[in-house]
Amino acid sequence: MIETALIDWSRAQFALTACYHWIFVPLTLGLAVIMAVMETIYFIRKDDFWKKTAQFWMKMFGINFAVGIASGLILEFEFGTNWSNYSWFVGDIFGAPLAIEGILAFFMEATFVAVMFFGWDKVGKKFHLASTWLTGIGASISALWILVANAWMQHPVGMEFNPDTVRNEMVDFWAVLSNPVAVSKFFHSVLSGWMTGAVFVIGISCWYLLKKRETRFALASIRVAASVGIIGTFAVMFTGDSAAVHVAKYQPMKLAAAEGLLDGGTRAPFSVVPGVEIPGLLSILATHDIDGFVPGINDILDGYVDPDGNEVLSAEAKMYRGDMALRAFRVYRQLKDTQPEAAAQVRKVLDENAEYFGYGYIEDREELVPPVWLVYWPFRIMVGLGSFLLLVMILVLWFERKGRMAGLRWLQWVALLSIPLVYLAGQAGWIVAEVGRQPWAIQDLLPVKAAVSSLSTGAVKTTFFIFVAIFALFLAIEVRILVKAIKKGPAVEEIE
Amino acid sequence: MWLRRKTVAVWNFYLDGFRNMTWGKALWVVIVLKLFIMFAVLRVFFFQPVLSGKTDEEKGDIVFENLTQPYYDRNSFD
Repeated sequence: MIETALIDWSRAQFALTACYHWIFVPLTLGLAVIMAVMETIYFIRKDDFWKKTAQFWMKMFGINFAVGIASGLILEFEFGTNWSNYSWFVGDIFGAPLAIEGILAFFMEATFVAVMFFGWDKVGKKFHLASTWLTGIGASISALWILVANAWMQHPVGMEFNPDTVRNEMVDFWAVLSNPVAVSKFFHSVLSGWMTGAVFVIGISCWYLLKKRETRFALASIRVAASVGIIGTFAVMFTGDSAAVHVAKYQPMKLAAAEGLLDGGTRAPFSVVPGVEIPGLLSILATHDIDGFVPGINDILDGYVDPDGNEVLSAEAKMYRGDMALRAFRVYRQLKDTQPEAAAQVRKVLDENAEYFGYGYIEDREELVPPVWLVYWPFRIMVGLGSFLLLVMILVLWFERKGRMAGLRWLQWVALLSIPLVYLAGQAGWIVAEVGRQPWAIQDLLPVKAAVSSLSTGAVKTTFFIFVAIFALFLAIEVRILVKAIKKGPAVEEIE
Repeated sequence: MWLRRKTVAVWNFYLDGFRNMTWGKALWVVIVLKLFIMFAVLRVFFFQPVLSGKTDEEKGDIVFENLTQPYYDRNSFD
């Protein structure tokens, strides 16, 4: 049997790498849009001030891009080594989007990032501007493929399990790409990157205001960043709403855990914090209907009838079906070469129960409940900080338009101190998404305890601490280079 | 001829870009160091794919055993 410690260390290692990767990605996505808007203003107004402003934020983008580059590849190393059963089981469904991402990212970024940095005064202004936008679009398209792969784990579609190869095989690429979870996840994640970029630019600009340096540059940067950030945040709220509907439909346990909802019902309340509830709001968020039924943890374990009249099986019934699927899988493999007709009959049993395959590994129904506090609190941190940061951006833009921003030191401090908060909000969002789907590596099909490779726990622990050291080193390097570049400041003094 | 001219122009574009880098040089040191650690240390010594070197059929057999054996050990069924 796989040791619990091995599963936990393998998960911790993957979580550490994913969290580290997500430090760089949202800033890349957000800064790409902000600097492209700035260059567009330069292109339209032909004012060198905007060129220098865009170039400074491109420098920040470059530093973040360079330090963050290829950190996602470490996740792929871990798939092959620590999650080999998973990697084989998911087949080309996971591999195809990641391969497309790798090829696209390499060619788009190698081409357009190079033109963006090296091409000033060497290529035409239009071509340069197009390259800057395409750098951002390329980064977003890269994110799309990663998120398509992630969404498939949350809501597997467009595939069939082949017991001969022990792989899930893609039968409908469009279904994988247009997976509703992928669509809302893509927009929610990319637009949250706009927020990160905006809060970063506003915070650094406020540092200049606090130091009474580069005032025109700082105010202009705030104007652009706050506009992008406010648009992004409203879009994040909108996509968060559709994500909630999808979670309610496809991963109801995650929603119940995020709300700490033991017993569901119609007019389900939304928990602001423990003991403070808004009646009916959860039903509205989850179903867009105040009378909509939202199942709680106990309902999901005991089974219930959904609003469309469909019976949702209890945990025990699903575990029984999973057991049938696993037994049929084993027997099919034993019979397929010697008794093909009997094997075909067993194959039917496997196919009929395939959607509950992963439940065959569940020994106790309580395993199906994710750690509630680790989903409940990050959800509140994400939503709470997101709302706070929206308010900060609105205030900053409002006072900038009124010509008062340069004198409001308290708001400058709040904006500067908001930089770590936007990262915390983003990390909290991913914790909700990933911890909330436990115990599943692939929803309903493969729990993490079956997905993990049988390695020595000591080896996984060792690499975990190696990663802690390496990630801390590179993060320190990034912060050092960023701080140095920020202290040096943009080269706009001569035209202020 | 046209293709050769274009290729040389692209080559010179990148070459000039790298030559004229100022702060970017420090970043390239970071990138090279990071890629070295990833591919020459982590990949070689710590992250060798468990199933590498096997045929697809062998990989399927190994994963089948991994996916079913612990379950059967637990349920004493065969």
